[in-house]
Amino acid sequence: MTKELLSGNDAVAEGVRLARAEVVAAYPITPQTTIVERLAEMVARHELAAEYIPVESEHSAMAASIGASLTGARAFTATSSQGLALMHEMLHWASGQRVPVVMANVNRALAPPWNIWVDHSDSMAQRDTGWIQLYAETNEEALASVLQAYRVAEDPEVLLPAMVMLDAFVLSHTYMPVDVPSQAAVDSFLPRYQPVARVEPGSMQLFGSFSPPDLTFMEFRRDTALAMDRARQKLLQAGKDYARLVGGEPLGLIDEYRTEDAEIVLLALGSLAAAARDTVDEFRRNGQKVGLARLRSFRPFPEEEIRSLGRKAHSVVVVERAHSFGSGGPVATEVRSALLGLPSPPAVASYIAGLGGREVTPKHLGALVERATKKETPREAWVGVKELVA
Amino acid sequence: MAKLTIPSEELMVGGHVACPGCGAALAMRLLLKGLGPKAVMVIPACCWAVIPGAMPGTCLKVSTVFSSFESTAAMASGIKAGLRRTGRGDVPVVGFAGDGGTADIGIQALSGAAERNEDFLYVCYDNEAYMNTGIQRSGSTPEYSWTTTTPRGLEKRTSKKDMPMILDAHRIPYVATANPSFPEDFVAKAKKAASLKGTRYLHILADCPTGWKHDPSQMVEVGRLATMSHLFPLYEIEEGRLRITWAPSNPVPVEKYLRAQGRFKDLTAEQIEEIQAEVKARWEGLKAREAREKKAVEKEAAPPEVSAAPTPHPAAPVSETVYVKPSPPLHFP
Repeated sequence: MTKELLSGNDAVAEGVRLARAEVVAAYPITPQTTIVERLAEMVARHELAAEYIPVESEHSAMAASIGASLTGARAFTATSSQGLALMHEMLHWASGQRVPVVMANVNRALAPPWNIWVDHSDSMAQRDTGWIQLYAETNEEALASVLQAYRVAEDPEVLLPAMVMLDAFVLSHTYMPVDVPSQAAVDSFLPRYQPVARVEPGSMQLFGSFSPPDLTFMEFRRDTALAMDRARQKLLQAGKDYARLVGGEPLGLIDEYRTEDAEIVLLALGSLAAAARDTVDEFRRNGQKVGLARLRSFRPFPEEEIRSLGRKAHSVVVVERAHSFGSGGPVATEVRSALLGLPSPPAVASYIAGLGGREVTPKHLGALVERATKKETPREAWVGVKELVA
Repeated sequence: MAKLTIPSEELMVGGHVACPGCGAALAMRLLLKGLGPKAVMVIPACCWAVIPGAMPGTCLKVSTVFSSFESTAAMASGIKAGLRRTGRGDVPVVGFAGDGGTADIGIQALSGAAERNEDFLYVCYDNEAYMNTGIQRSGSTPEYSWTTTTPRGLEKRTSKKDMPMILDAHRIPYVATANPSFPEDFVAKAKKAASLKGTRYLHILADCPTGWKHDPSQMVEVGRLATMSHLFPLYEIEEGRLRITWAPSNPVPVEKYLRAQGRFKDLTAEQIEEIQAEVKARWEGLKAREAREKKAVEKEAAPPEVSAAPTPHPAAPVSETVYVKPSPPLHFP
């Protein structure tokens, strides 16, 4: 284990190198670019023994990754925003074909208007594609999540693709000290991918041929649903094994901070959680029972963990960088749904904040908690929106 | 007695669900004879996504991967890279797509892969419309051809895309046209394509009696007329040099080909004349190019006019057809 100063994108590339990815399909997009640049350097210097395919689009990046994975090779790609949107069709293809491709997505807003800053709308829009979704709070976690994503994705009882999210610029281009594990430790945690089935030239085999209503289509979908459910336990186990074999604290589906007796729980994703920790500390100094639940895994959704939080708190304050027009905050919607049926469920406040990189500070979050202490829990409110003057 | 050159081994077996007289079915059967049993097929949305039959049945004795409509070339790139990385890089990977999946929705991925000189064979079976969805026009539909989206009053007034020449412009090692009505020529090209490295492109005219509106029994004959009239010439372009592989000495009028098909039944005499003129011009262009390039080859091969002490000719650089260097072996504990 060595301590290095790495940007979030560097940390992802280090994770890919340590994972010994075998095929990398790459197409550049701000702010993901330095990931594919680092990987190109690693391949050029033989630090990473991978085939590097400089494809002509993100759609092809995902198609090539799926193809590579079907042969039993460990495949990686990375994207952001518009690129992820362009991939949408192939995201379904990856989960439908049950290939354990791992991808980093640097969370960025979708245009128009053009905006390259942090926003979670890109990955939230992919929630139904059958991908595991992990959101990192720090650069070190981004590295660890790449490795844990491979471990879970390649598990024969899961076999689903996984994406690791990191916030544009706040993580991707910000340098932080990162514990980089040794190759030996990573190899013990993540051995070579052993595919259940792979392309075998010379054999009569089919990958993805058509299946009419009365045959196997629905059974395949149900099998995917069950695999995603099994991924919950597998992610918890991977977090524990990683801590034991590689180092650090075990990462789970949600990451709780000072929630043991919390009456108000802030719930956030990604780097917003770092600001939220400061907010929690501020309230705790004043003796107020406030905690943080950081949602690390959005898919699979940690329903049980959310329910057990709900049994203790009187309010859950969800702050998220995405919005589903005509519905509301996608995370808040799912939190509310998970809490249904509890004997006395907490009130859920839903705040839309920080879209397109708009700043969200501990002070902003503090004001939201303050409202919760007065039992103000809006169904939906937008934080920091300026009134536009015509 | 003539020597039989087509392998007797069948890698496409019975039970396919293509329409009677399907040119694409015959094309696959002949293609696989040229490629051999180790070929890995990549098939996007097209008639051939259905023809093998419903899961888990198939009429193909080779490993077959289905891809989304526009991603054949990208999927094939990934499969080839993965096979190389897992120690099976010598296997032929073959994209097999229709004209819609090639000339329209798949042209971006194909152009990208060709520019990278990815090591696979891409085969377009061109039945000149979206046949699997019910005969809608594509970028490969010929001028004035009837389709369900080019009915009378909304005729297609533009030529079809010249895909082989578009691929040739990418300077890939091999581009060829083939016609299942000329099986020896077809299989020879499939074999040659399989033996080369880098991106190879084979453009096949695949008659579709359902969409071209003629009796299924006439499939081979209609295909023959396409080449006999110079409308679909048989050629190959190897390392940039074009060679016409077979042509009739006395072409039949294009009208004979057109009148054999219901999709051209509304054509006026003037329109047929127009098509005939275009076919002639294209054919003469091909002949001129062949002659030009042949001359250039002869010039290269000719001995130097001024005799001097022979100096060793520097070895020609071996073109790096595969852009990724072989990776060092991977060591796992």
